[in-house]
Amino acid sequence: MNDIIKLKNPPHISSYYSVVGSHERSGPLGACFDEYSSDDRFGKDSWEKAESEMQRLALSGAIKRGDFKESDIDALLAGDLLNQCVGSSYGLIDFDIPYIGLYGACSTCALSLALGAILYDSGASSACACVTSSHYCASERQFRFPLEYGGQRTPTSQWTVTGAGAFILSDTGHAKIKEIVFGKSVDMGINDINNMGAAMAPACIDTIKRYFKNSNHTIEDFDLILTGDLGFEGSEILKDLLLREGLDIRDKHADCGLMIYDLDAQDKHAGGSGCGCSASVLAGSVLRNFEASTLNDILFIGTGALMSPMTLYQGGTIPSVAHLVHIGR
Amino acid sequence: MEMLLEYVWAFVVGGLFCVIAQLLIDKTRITPARVLVSYVCSGVALTALGIYEPIVNFASCGATVPLTGFGYAIAKGVEKAVDESGLLGALTGALSATAGGITAAIVLGYICSLIFSSKTKD
Amino acid sequence: MDKEDYKKYVEGRAKKSSYLKNCSFAFLIGGFICALGQGLRNLYLYLGAWEQDASTLVSISLIFIASILTGLGIFDNIARIAGAGTLVPITGFANAVVSPAIDTKSEGYIFGVGAKIFTIAGPVILYGSLSGVIYGIIYYFTGI
Repeated sequence: MNDIIKLKNPPHISSYYSVVGSHERSGPLGACFDEYSSDDRFGKDSWEKAESEMQRLALSGAIKRGDFKESDIDALLAGDLLNQCVGSSYGLIDFDIPYIGLYGACSTCALSLALGAILYDSGASSACACVTSSHYCASERQFRFPLEYGGQRTPTSQWTVTGAGAFILSDTGHAKIKEIVFGKSVDMGINDINNMGAAMAPACIDTIKRYFKNSNHTIEDFDLILTGDLGFEGSEILKDLLLREGLDIRDKHADCGLMIYDLDAQDKHAGGSGCGCSASVLAGSVLRNFEASTLNDILFIGTGALMSPMTLYQGGTIPSVAHLVHIGR
Repeated sequence: MEMLLEYVWAFVVGGLFCVIAQLLIDKTRITPARVLVSYVCSGVALTALGIYEPIVNFASCGATVPLTGFGYAIAKGVEKAVDESGLLGALTGALSATAGGITAAIVLGYICSLIFSSKTKD
Repeated sequence: MDKEDYKKYVEGRAKKSSYLKNCSFAFLIGGFICALGQGLRNLYLYLGAWEQDASTLVSISLIFIASILTGLGIFDNIARIAGAGTLVPITGFANAVVSPAIDTKSEGYIFGVGAKIFTIAGPVILYGSLSGVIYGIIYYFTGI
C-alpha cells in the first residue's frame, strides 16, 4: 500500500486568518498575528466561550480577507481540544454552512487541512474552511488543574497556546496542498502528561519515515519540515531518532511550539502545544512566507497526543498521531 | 534568645518537611496530590507511634503548620474523643479536631468564588 | 526501539528540574510560612487564647492569607517558585480548596463550586479521616 495520497486537483489555500491571546502576541511572532485579546477573554465570561469566540473571529476574518461570501463556503471542518469539540460547534454556530467536527488533539489543524483538501480534490467542495483553536485557560481546567492552583511545572512540560487559525481551501492562492499522509496511532508507552513531546515524537517519526520511503522527494527538496507542537523535548527526540534511521532533517526542521514563544523570556519550559499552536503559526507566519515567496515547498506535520485525564488515571499511556500535509506552489 | 530560637526551629523543621516533599515530587514522580495524602496519613501514624508529639513540642508551628500537623491534629482529636466517649470517638474525633481549618477553607473558598474570577497567567 | 528502550531513552535525556534550586526555595518559603505561623501563635497566646485554640487560629489565619492570595491570582505565582514550600503547609490545603471554587463558578454554584470544591483537597480529607478512624479503633481496643 502506498501511504501517500497525491491530489490530482490540489486546492489552494486561498485565505487564512489568525487570532491569538496575550502571551502569543508578546512572543517572537507577535506582530504576525491578525487579531489578539489582551486578557485572553475575548470579551466573554468563560474561557470556553472565549475559545469559541476565537473560532468565530478566525473564520469571519478568513472569509473577509479572501473576499468570500458565507454562501461560497460549502463545508466547515473544525476542531479544538475541549470535550465534545464545543469550542468549534458553539463558535461556528452562526455560520450557515455544513459543519464537520473533528478531533485529532493537537494534530487537528493538519487533519482538517488534509480532509478539506480531499473534499476539494474529489469535487465535493469548491471552497471549504478549516478552523482549529485551543485556549490555555480552558485546556488547563480540562486536562490539568484549576488556573489558580499552585503547582510547579517540569522542564519538559508544554504550554497550551491560546490561538486559532482559519484557512479557506479553494481555487486561487499562493500555496497548494499537494500531498497527504494520514498518521497511524502510535503508543510508545509514555505516560507523563508533562512530557507530551516525547509521547508525540514516535508518531511523527513514523509518518515522516513513511513519507520519504514512498515519495520521490528527498529532504533537500523542501525549504522546511515543520512539526506542529513537539516542543523542545519532542523536536530533539525527532531529529535524533530520524538521524539514526538515516534521515537528517536537522537543517530543515522547525517546530511551531518553539517558534511561538521565547522559551527563556516567557518561562514556557519546552514550548507551546495545542491545536491553536500550529494553526496560528501556519496562518500567522508560514503562509505569509509563501505569499512573500520566501517559502516554496514545505512538509507540515501536525502532531497530537490522544489521551484524556481519565485514561491516564486508569493507568493508560499516551497514544499519538501525526498527519502530514505537503504544501507547495 | 529563647524566643528567637523558637522561630529558628519552626523555620528549619517546617522547611525540612517541605524539602522532603519537594524531593519526593522531583525525584520519584509521585504527584503532589499523593504527597499530601501520604503526609496526612504519616502524621496520624507518627502521632499514634508517639514520634510526632516530641517534634511538635520541639518545633511547635514547624510541625503543626505542615500537613503532617493536620494528621497530628486528627490523631490527637481521636485520642481525646475516644477517651471521652469510647468507640464513638473514633468516628467523631478526626473531623471535630480539624473542623476549624476545614470549615474556614470551605467558607473562604465560597466567598472567594463570589468575589474573584480566574485570571489568565502571566 | 521497543517501548522499554524508548522509555529509558526519553527518561535519560529529559531535562530534570534543578533539585538544589527547588529544594532551597521549598525550604526557605516553607520555613518562612511556619515561622510566620509561630509568630501568629505567639500573638494569639499573648492576646489570651488557649493553647489548643491558638493552633486552630494559626491554621485559620494562614488559610485566610492563602485564600486571598489565591483569589488575587498571586498564590500560583509564588507556588511556581516555592513548589512544596507552599504545598505542604496548610496554605497548600487552602489553595486546593479555593482554586477549584473560583475556577468552577462558570458552571454555577451547585454543579460548579458546590460539586467541585473538593476535587483536589478531597483525598486529603478522605484519607485523613479514614486513618483517624482506624487509629481510633486501635486506640480504643489497645489503648496505645
